[in-house]
Amino acid sequence: MLKDQDRIFQNLYNDLGPDVASSQKRGDWINTKDLTSKGRDWIINEIKDSQLRGRGGAGFPTGLKWSFAPKEVGSRPHYLVINGDESEPGTCKDRDILRFEPHKLIEGCLIASYAVQAHVCYIYIRGEYFVDGQKLQAAIDEAYEKNLIGKNAAGTGWDLDIYIHYGAGAYICGEETALLESIEGKKGQPRLKPPFPALIGLYGCPTIINNVETIAVVPTILRRGGKWFASLGREKNTGTKIFCISGNVNNPCNVEEEMNIPLKELIEVHAGGVIGGWDNLQAVIPGGSSMPLIPKEKCETLTMDFDSLMAEKSGLGTAGVVVINKDQDIIKCMARIARFYKHESCGQCTPCREGSGWMWRMLERMAKGEASRDEIDMLGDVTNQIAGHTICAFGEGSSWPVQGLLRHFSKEIKSRNKFDPIIKEQKDIPYLVDQHLLDKNA
Amino acid sequence: MLKLKVNDIDIEVEEGLTVLQACEKAGVEIPRFCYHEKLSIAGNCRMCLVEMEKSPKPVASCAMPAAEGMNIKTNTAFVEKARKGVMEFLLANHPLDCPVCDQGGECDLQDQSMFYGVDKSRFKENKRYVPEKNMGPLIKTHMTRCIHCTRCVRFATEIAGVSEIGAIGRGEDMQITTYLEQSVQSELSGNVIDLCPVGALTSKPYVFEARPWELKKTESIDVMDAVGSNIRIDTYGWEVKRVLPLINEDINEEWISDKTRYACDGLSNQRLDTPFIKYNRKFEKANWEEVFKIIKSKIKETPKDKIAGFVGDLTNMETSYIFKEFFDRTLDTRNYECRSSNYYVGINERENYLFNSSINGIEESDLIFLIGSNPRFESTIVNARIRKSFVNNSTKIISLNDIGDLTYPYQSLNGQTKTIVDIFEGNNQVSKKILDSKKPLIILGESFFKSQSSEFLFNLIKNFLKKNNKINDEWNSLNKLTSDASTVGSLDLKIINEGKNIFNELKSNNFEIIYLLGQDNLNFTKKDEFIIYQGSHGDKGADIADIILPGAAYTEQSGYFTNLEGKLQKAYKASYPPGKAKEDWQIINELAEIMNNRKLFNDKDELKSSMINFINLQKENKTPINVNQSTKEDFKNEELVVDYKDYYFSNVIARSSKTMLDCHNSKIKIKKTGTDG
Repeated sequence: MLKDQDRIFQNLYNDLGPDVASSQKRGDWINTKDLTSKGRDWIINEIKDSQLRGRGGAGFPTGLKWSFAPKEVGSRPHYLVINGDESEPGTCKDRDILRFEPHKLIEGCLIASYAVQAHVCYIYIRGEYFVDGQKLQAAIDEAYEKNLIGKNAAGTGWDLDIYIHYGAGAYICGEETALLESIEGKKGQPRLKPPFPALIGLYGCPTIINNVETIAVVPTILRRGGKWFASLGREKNTGTKIFCISGNVNNPCNVEEEMNIPLKELIEVHAGGVIGGWDNLQAVIPGGSSMPLIPKEKCETLTMDFDSLMAEKSGLGTAGVVVINKDQDIIKCMARIARFYKHESCGQCTPCREGSGWMWRMLERMAKGEASRDEIDMLGDVTNQIAGHTICAFGEGSSWPVQGLLRHFSKEIKSRNKFDPIIKEQKDIPYLVDQHLLDKNA
Repeated sequence: MLKLKVNDIDIEVEEGLTVLQACEKAGVEIPRFCYHEKLSIAGNCRMCLVEMEKSPKPVASCAMPAAEGMNIKTNTAFVEKARKGVMEFLLANHPLDCPVCDQGGECDLQDQSMFYGVDKSRFKENKRYVPEKNMGPLIKTHMTRCIHCTRCVRFATEIAGVSEIGAIGRGEDMQITTYLEQSVQSELSGNVIDLCPVGALTSKPYVFEARPWELKKTESIDVMDAVGSNIRIDTYGWEVKRVLPLINEDINEEWISDKTRYACDGLSNQRLDTPFIKYNRKFEKANWEEVFKIIKSKIKETPKDKIAGFVGDLTNMETSYIFKEFFDRTLDTRNYECRSSNYYVGINERENYLFNSSINGIEESDLIFLIGSNPRFESTIVNARIRKSFVNNSTKIISLNDIGDLTYPYQSLNGQTKTIVDIFEGNNQVSKKILDSKKPLIILGESFFKSQSSEFLFNLIKNFLKKNNKINDEWNSLNKLTSDASTVGSLDLKIINEGKNIFNELKSNNFEIIYLLGQDNLNFTKKDEFIIYQGSHGDKGADIADIILPGAAYTEQSGYFTNLEGKLQKAYKASYPPGKAKEDWQIINELAEIMNNRKLFNDKDELKSSMINFINLQKENKTPINVNQSTKEDFKNEELVVDYKDYYFSNVIARSSKTMLDCHNSKIKIKKTGTDG
């Protein structure tokens, strides 16, 4: 359980007010100048020491990412882009940061911009978060007024301008390169990597892209030291994290907790338990809809961090914990998620464009019990053909939930879809007939 | 050089190549749909996945830059599985209507699914249907077949310079369409048909006409403009079914213009298939002996200086040469002419009428100055090169006139010939730009040469460039943009009437016999002249003729053409002349035999070697002829009007083509009334 003094987002529930004055009471903007005066290398090293991993889903070490930015600014300027396109179903952490802790984010922007030598920072906000974006804009305006950003921001001698860019509601624009395309005014489709955005990003310039939460925790880490942050959680999975607990729990909530917290504690203590009691738990999606689900048996002992979830063939992702109890039809749930991915596939590359719809249709039939038994293996095959063969990570994102279902609930599917297409009784069917085309009435 | 391994073969490749190119160097074939050498890399079909050491996922070889020490494998089970997976996805929503698809037999998807795919479909859901899109009269769409490789989108935006094709929607609802479903306003639009790896975009005029394996394929040269694009003519029996581009990196790269591709249906319309004689203003069918007899008697009773001959815009060089020989030797007169109006040609030096920088040179240039020329319509392929140069090197482009959309931005001047004088006397900002640039390109269009003071202006420009070392052994910045296929060849053969003005005499009806060799563009009113028209199509020339000699079109006889940069290329015979029509050189040869009881040449080889000899002699004979150069006093300012022929109707074949008419109508947005047949 996280101690109160280790809590970074003290205003997560807006008890204290999001304005500059209240934020300063909580420690924001206090000694920004001292932090930057210690130099870029110190900042990056401190972040490296803290072992902070990106909070956007992939968990890439932030300090390492910053160190990829060219050391010297060449002919092209550097950019910092903040990814606030929080569209992953089951995730709502960035939203609370945008509206309740905007100054943590803005100060983080300043420090990160200083560290990667960017003078312009874009905050890409999901279009649906319009109201929250307005609140962030108000905070940015306030910061400009107080000269916390702008020319010689907060007395650091660094010039920084922050612009908000609203998305238009596409999930794929949360993918970093698609986000860049979207900022440039193009159709949100991921770019090919390499080249990586750290070298050729926004408008062809070196660009560092970080999640809102990642940037928002940076000032606190620098103030309290990377060692303090690293002392929370466990090795390589350090610090605190906002968990978004939703689904069949009594008290869905956002809560900041230490990494490596047991899942059971998270649900029982913070979310008021599963509806119908712990025994009514069927499965948990630990990290937003794109992560494979975890069945109840494993939830008992599961701890929530990047590596331990990886060991369970799932992932922490964005830490959007979706609790599914036994009142739900698990196949239908996954079919709904597959439909979401079918709808949100950008259509650029083949496996995801053709495969996501195929998976959804198969799952819909499986949920109704209209699929044949061999299709269960086939569905697994299709997910394997998508994952890893696409331009961006969307391929994995759309196929992992289905793989999770097949891994843990294939019995359930099999019991519902009993039809076996290969009719063994009828021996007179010639060998050359396509076996899979024979239907029930054959 | 980078060292890497492909399937355990050690190879060395230059830096900047992709893994796919490296694999090709190693002789390893990689399947691909979206990748195309001339287009930007999209990496979206995922067919080219290969295994790379240290990478847990397969990588798209088309997008991955080759790096030192890479170990690429393309023959493993892992790669095979990846390819099969992608192939299955591509075929999942593909209709598999190959038997009724025009692409069948030359379809990348067919071929590659044979090699890399699985034999069965596991996809049991309903297949996607995508509504047809209107892409104009040239491109037939069947978008259900589309595999979203976006080659057409990239071609339209990058090469053609019209961002009119794009994708709307996302995921499996993504559809390729034109802007508001209007027809594509590009003269290169037909190339998307070749680029399309499946049958989504096929040729509308060629729809259900033939199967690729039934066609006889002849590699030849195009005559629709002076570029001399390399083409492949596909014939089914007599009929030319379609024309496709051949790759020639020095001329047309991989593209041909729409006119080249689609005017071929004009080869079967309006054809002259038998000799005709005009009796009482009506043409009567005749035979060769009759017409030759009449011509012979007419010529015999006419003084030789009252006979004139005009060579047209599609005539090959052998025919032009034998025509000249016929006049020189049989008729003993020099009243022949290859121009259609009296514009200036500096015939004494070859560089005066050539595109000296060469088409490839356009890409090296850093400043292009267009004078009296609209390359988009006069020479589409050259325009595509200028655009390429603009896109790659951001070449500065200036035009004397504002000539509308050229698919790239340019600075336009006021269009007065006085400005040309200013610039090339060094009194204009543009002069400085020309002097500053390393490889400037001055493109003089035919409209420039038609202006009144063109001779003075031309010499002014040439002298300016020579003086400032912009014409030297390495770079010749003086370029004439010719628009007709036969012009340069005819000028090489000196089919030009120097000295007296043949056009004035023509207009004042001084000639008694006029021999038109495929010449339809003369501007004169017929009075009492006896006109012999020899050509392939019944057009303006045939209309005013008294005797028609049916000749062959460019697909029906072999012949040489010299393109605008002076490259001699041979067009090959793909079909044969219709009816009683004969190859053009034969007609003149036989006519000469009847006149003098002696053939001019025994066979075509003799004709050809004689012609080549003549050209070589001309090259050696470098004594410049002293011509009275017009001086500045003669100069009169005028507004240079860029006057080019209607792109879709520029020659007889195009004018006879229904497809070209459709294109023209779609451009001017004529609504079909239902009474247009």
